[in-house]
Amino acid sequence: MNDKKEHKQAGRREFIQTGIRWTLGVSLAGVATAAALKVSADDFVWQLDPFKCVYCGRCADYCVMTPSAVKCVHAYDLCGYCDLCGGYLKPDANALSTAAENQLCPTSAIRRKFVEDPYFEYEIDEDLCFGCAKCVEGCTSFGNGSLHLQVRHDLCVNCNECSIARVCPSDAFERVPANNPYKIKGDFSVGTDESNPA
Amino acid sequence: MNRISKIFFSLAAFLLSLPAWAQQRFPKPEFETGYVQPATSQAPPRALFLEYLDVFMLAAVLIVATWFVVKKRSRRGVLWTSVFALLYFGFYRQGCICSIGAIQNVTLALFDPTYVLPFTALLFFVIPLVVTLFYGRTFCAAVCPLGAIQDLVAFRPIELPRWLQKILGVVPYLYLALAVLYAATSSEFLICRYDPFVGIFRFDAEFQMLLLGGLFLLVGIFVARPYCRFFCPYGVLLGWMSTFSKKHMSITPSNCIQCKLCANSCPFGAIEKPVEEQGNRRSNVQRLMTYLFFIPLWIGIGGLAGSMMHVPLAKFNSTVYLAEQLVENPELKQDQEHIDARAFMQSGKSMDQLVTEAKEIRSQFYWGGWLVGGFIGLVIGLTLLKLSSHRNRYDYEPDKTNCLSCGRCMDYCPVKK
Repeated sequence: MNDKKEHKQAGRREFIQTGIRWTLGVSLAGVATAAALKVSADDFVWQLDPFKCVYCGRCADYCVMTPSAVKCVHAYDLCGYCDLCGGYLKPDANALSTAAENQLCPTSAIRRKFVEDPYFEYEIDEDLCFGCAKCVEGCTSFGNGSLHLQVRHDLCVNCNECSIARVCPSDAFERVPANNPYKIKGDFSVGTDESNPA
Repeated sequence: MNRISKIFFSLAAFLLSLPAWAQQRFPKPEFETGYVQPATSQAPPRALFLEYLDVFMLAAVLIVATWFVVKKRSRRGVLWTSVFALLYFGFYRQGCICSIGAIQNVTLALFDPTYVLPFTALLFFVIPLVVTLFYGRTFCAAVCPLGAIQDLVAFRPIELPRWLQKILGVVPYLYLALAVLYAATSSEFLICRYDPFVGIFRFDAEFQMLLLGGLFLLVGIFVARPYCRFFCPYGVLLGWMSTFSKKHMSITPSNCIQCKLCANSCPFGAIEKPVEEQGNRRSNVQRLMTYLFFIPLWIGIGGLAGSMMHVPLAKFNSTVYLAEQLVENPELKQDQEHIDARAFMQSGKSMDQLVTEAKEIRSQFYWGGWLVGGFIGLVIGLTLLKLSSHRNRYDYEPDKTNCLSCGRCMDYCPVKK
């Protein structure tokens, strides 16, 4: 009698267990299917839109990498090759020269090279750059805006949520498909991606 | 009509693109000395097939771990698998992407219509849950790098009092609910932000993050796997799956001789001792019914508390925070030092727009607060219900919800096949 009762109880328990197992399985499948509607086989990486950037300087401070994976890049097509470069020289520079006291960049990461009279080329040493955007502000305010920030994907570890994106005041950070990972000024609108006009 | 609109659009596009040309204040010079312009380098991100290799590794390591736990019954095998997982997912992949964080990607995909979910993230979320539904939490045992690093430092585990375990056991539910709330409102990824070990995996992080990781490892020497047991939000989902799993690791390969060795070997207090029902059955059933009756009350209290918390909860959303600051201190709008206020003024958005947006998000937090609170109320109610119910148990058995399938008890069991 007692044995039978035990047996019956065990059977009931098993039935409940199986029932809940199926419920869990079905709800997991449901969640997965609902999420799968938004799925893309491609991977996504973080990039910043240089036209939205307000050069606040947070890219230098908030990246999980030290130094930041955000670097200044130079879109040479846009550069005016000016002698008086707003991105290279301090606003109150006392001479148009490469002397340290005239340079805007705190780590001297921009190299100024004479091309021909009166033009100068500005090249960025990305090992020294830490993404403070001082030159970007100078170049955009006084020049063509050819110096701008980009996430360097050989350095970026592609965090699930970019810690710079979280604090970016102008929401310039966005996830872009990994096969088209840069938004270099004057370049990415001509690229293959039609959905990303400048 | 169609042609007119086309002309209108192309004209509008032309006019809009004018300022972009006008930006070129100093036209590019035409060089006479044959100067060659250097190319702007574009280093590619990690190759896509490597991302899928990670998924493959996840599945492979899971299969190996499950085989060691369920079939081979080898603690040593589990240990070495976990060391491999720590090296691969931890130090090589630097803790990203992980299944715990993938909760938020999936949540965002469900709530944000513009969000695109990488297939790899979905797989990282689903695969361990499916395996757990069949074989128990073998993912925790040897695949999760966060678990592996804690398991390796659990040198002197002490047994926490039962009541403390139960109270701390509610924290993961709260963490999960909040993480889902913040992900669903597109506020932030809470789990990733406070991942204690990612800094250690990268050998690089903010000081507070490294401090948090170090603290967890230090506590982990005495309280085995503190993050897994008392914080991990993915562990909640795995626990649900594991409770009703088809198979599960068993302590003994044949019959339990009640030697109690396994109970002493488990550092997580996840082994249930044999119990016999105490007291009279009728009053026990009555007590159970009372607790069952109180569950809606718990849900109500929790929901109310959660909804009352919506204002401080919403503060962690940057839009709401900025709106609050600017409404309370309008002079901040002119403050050039306040980067967010300055960027907002530059963006050309009106104050009304910002306030409307913030109010919208706040109301999402109000309803989210009800859900989070109600969920926590339900969890508390069910925990009490479970504490008051007695099921006769004759042998030492793993507590399927909290057992991490690490296999220590199998090693200690003197019964051989």
